[in-house]
Amino acid sequence: MLALIPLLPFVGFLVNLTMGKRLPKSVSGGLACAVMVASFLIAATQVWALFGMAPENRQITQTLFTWITSGDFSLDLAFRLDALSSVMILVITGIGSLIHIYSTAYMHEETDPEYARYFSYLNLFVFFMLMLVLGSNVLVMFVGWEGVGLCSYLLIGYYYQKKSASDAANKAFIVNRVGDYAFILGSLLMVVTLGSLDFVTIAQAAKALPPEVTFGTLSLITLLLFIGATGKSAQIPLYVWLPDAMEGPTPVSALIHAATMVTAGVYMIGRLAPVFELAPITLGIVAVVGAATALFAGTIGLVQNDIKRVLAYSTVSQLGYMFLAMGVGAFGAGIFHLYTHAFFKALLFLGSGAVIHALHGEQDIRNMGGLKKHVPITYWTFLIGSIAIAGVPPLAGFFSKDEILFETFRHGHQILWVVGVLTSLLTATYMFRLVFLTFHGEERFHGVVAAATAHGGHGAHGASPSAHDDAHGTRTGHPAPGTALSTPAHSHAAHGHVHLHDAPPAMATALIVLAIGSVVAGWIGIPHALGGHNSLGTWLEPAFAYTNCGAPVTTGELAGFAIQNCEPGQEPALASLTQVATQAPESAAQAEPLAEAAHAAEAGDETALELTLMGVSTLIAFLGIGLAAYLWLRNRHIPAQLAAQFPGVHGLLLNKYYVDEIYDAAIVQPIKTASTEGLWRGVDVKLVDGAVNATGYVVGALAAGLRLFQTGSVKSYAAGTFVGVVAILAYYLWR
Amino acid sequence: MPLGHYLVLSGLLFAIGATGVFVRRNIITLLLSVEIMLNAVNLAFVAFGRQFGTVDGQIITFFVMTVAAAEAAVGLALVIGLFRHRESLNPEAFTSLKW
Repeated sequence: MLALIPLLPFVGFLVNLTMGKRLPKSVSGGLACAVMVASFLIAATQVWALFGMAPENRQITQTLFTWITSGDFSLDLAFRLDALSSVMILVITGIGSLIHIYSTAYMHEETDPEYARYFSYLNLFVFFMLMLVLGSNVLVMFVGWEGVGLCSYLLIGYYYQKKSASDAANKAFIVNRVGDYAFILGSLLMVVTLGSLDFVTIAQAAKALPPEVTFGTLSLITLLLFIGATGKSAQIPLYVWLPDAMEGPTPVSALIHAATMVTAGVYMIGRLAPVFELAPITLGIVAVVGAATALFAGTIGLVQNDIKRVLAYSTVSQLGYMFLAMGVGAFGAGIFHLYTHAFFKALLFLGSGAVIHALHGEQDIRNMGGLKKHVPITYWTFLIGSIAIAGVPPLAGFFSKDEILFETFRHGHQILWVVGVLTSLLTATYMFRLVFLTFHGEERFHGVVAAATAHGGHGAHGASPSAHDDAHGTRTGHPAPGTALSTPAHSHAAHGHVHLHDAPPAMATALIVLAIGSVVAGWIGIPHALGGHNSLGTWLEPAFAYTNCGAPVTTGELAGFAIQNCEPGQEPALASLTQVATQAPESAAQAEPLAEAAHAAEAGDETALELTLMGVSTLIAFLGIGLAAYLWLRNRHIPAQLAAQFPGVHGLLLNKYYVDEIYDAAIVQPIKTASTEGLWRGVDVKLVDGAVNATGYVVGALAAGLRLFQTGSVKSYAAGTFVGVVAILAYYLWR
Repeated sequence: MPLGHYLVLSGLLFAIGATGVFVRRNIITLLLSVEIMLNAVNLAFVAFGRQFGTVDGQIITFFVMTVAAAEAAVGLALVIGLFRHRESLNPEAFTSLKW
């Protein structure tokens, strides 16, 4: 049964790959959606079966065959479903299904073969992603890991005739290679040190290692794996590919570059939590990199003007949160945020897709504004997603983000907590900047829409959804899903020259389901401080420990502690790391409340602390929204003034800290120069070509000399023969 | 008669033939010179055969004579063919098959 979950999308891929060219859109798209939904249903039954098991041995394993046997080393192609992968497969197949359904409408203008190509890639991606999360050992995971990278490449470069798209695809692929290389090295080192690649065996073997081995080797292994994660999950320093990946179709951005693939790195750390637990140095690096990325990407997101790019930087920033959680040892909180983030970020991307769809491919928020009345479904769902990501209770983002911040604080990483809170403020601000600039204010889109329609709707974006006659036709027939949403898109016929269409039924369905998800998804992780049970945390706990090291932690605190409770020896190491973090200089303003709060923590009154922190983050969320409302809703001139007043800072942010330029100057250009001047003009032209040409020249020169012997004269040949015979005879006679 | 005499005569004949091949400028004379060389060899074979009391030398000689006859036939045919091309019997006229 387990194998069916990934295999169904693979079947969909094969059918669309081989026969897609001849299938009509309804068949190829319908098939792709059908296999996804079927896969989701199977996944749900499997998770349900898992739910019925005892928490200690909650796992379903299916071994397909033995893949590699070499001496003592043996590796199966096997799938394992446990608490952690159950969350992942539900997210992948569930949100994946919705995005497939959404895509049937979004990609409707493509020709039949292109449409089938799109869905075959999408199904292939889901297949690999499920391999990644269901694999019971590192190698199966790596197959999925590389496979999703391939599909990401194919889908970013879906509009391959567009130079920027194929460039972005190459960039994503090449940057990921850097990380994957480190991943391979880490896996190999793991085979050498731990003798296995199976997750359970690894966890046990790592625990059994003597501390002196643990310290160096495990730190190295985990660090290499983390570099792999920074590539896949777009963290500093390998995050640069993700914003460019927005060249792909918007549903792809939602599925691959927001909800699933980019979280693979977080999942991998969660999967190998027992190993990472033993490497406190790496965990410290993970936390710092995560927090730095969260803040860094958040600041960039504040000034970007492309709707999808803002969301892309937001994704990078939220992934930073997840890594922060992983780094402080709150694995459950990290996975919780991964799960809630999948909902609201997929929703936001799909919402932006609907906006782009309505505006004939326009992506610049400076050319939007006032869309609220024209695309009500999109507006309301997008707003819910924004509130969720901003961290307003009781929506999904609040619980997960708050848990991360609380865990960070509780583990004594005050500096990182401050960074997290700042990022939270930034998140609320840039998301609502996006909302206000896109949906509120004066309508700035008339020019672009008129231009796009005048050109038959085919804008710069090769596949900008443009066949609005189609969309219109379908829309008139469908009942509006709610009173708030029933405002006809045509009520603004007063404008005469623009006709904006709200999301067609398939897209609206996905948006509404995801909006509901963004509201309720967090409720399965309501912390004890608020009277909940943190069900998700309890559910996930055994998955991070793997081994039955005593009774499950029932004190009610969050996931991720089972291991620490089993391993009291680890606490000092973490504590020392904490001290390093706290010793760093803090600003006086923050120091006082922090010290107070820290004191409260020491007193053991964690519920009070948690509630205080919740209050702080809620306040921060509203502050961010208010700030955005003040700047971009009420006083539109202030941002421009600020930008004019600090051209340096604004330019720095607008140009993304010039990281692309720095990488270009520091890495790309040197490699290009070395390749051109060194390898091409030097080694290839001079050495390789030189050797080949020299061989040819020597043979030619030799032949020019030798051919003089062929005179054509019979008598000289006879003389030659004669002299030769005499010479041979003479040799044998006198030797 | 001792073997040495035969061999000296054979050697002389061979030398004469070889010299003829190198110095004469008529293809037919060249062929004749080759015949002389062959017969020098024949003489040596026969002499050795007599010396060692076997028939091998004589048998070989018959073979050589047969080959010589065939060679003469082919050679003369070629000479006629060549002459038709160049109106000359000088071997130096036929040097076009070269670099």
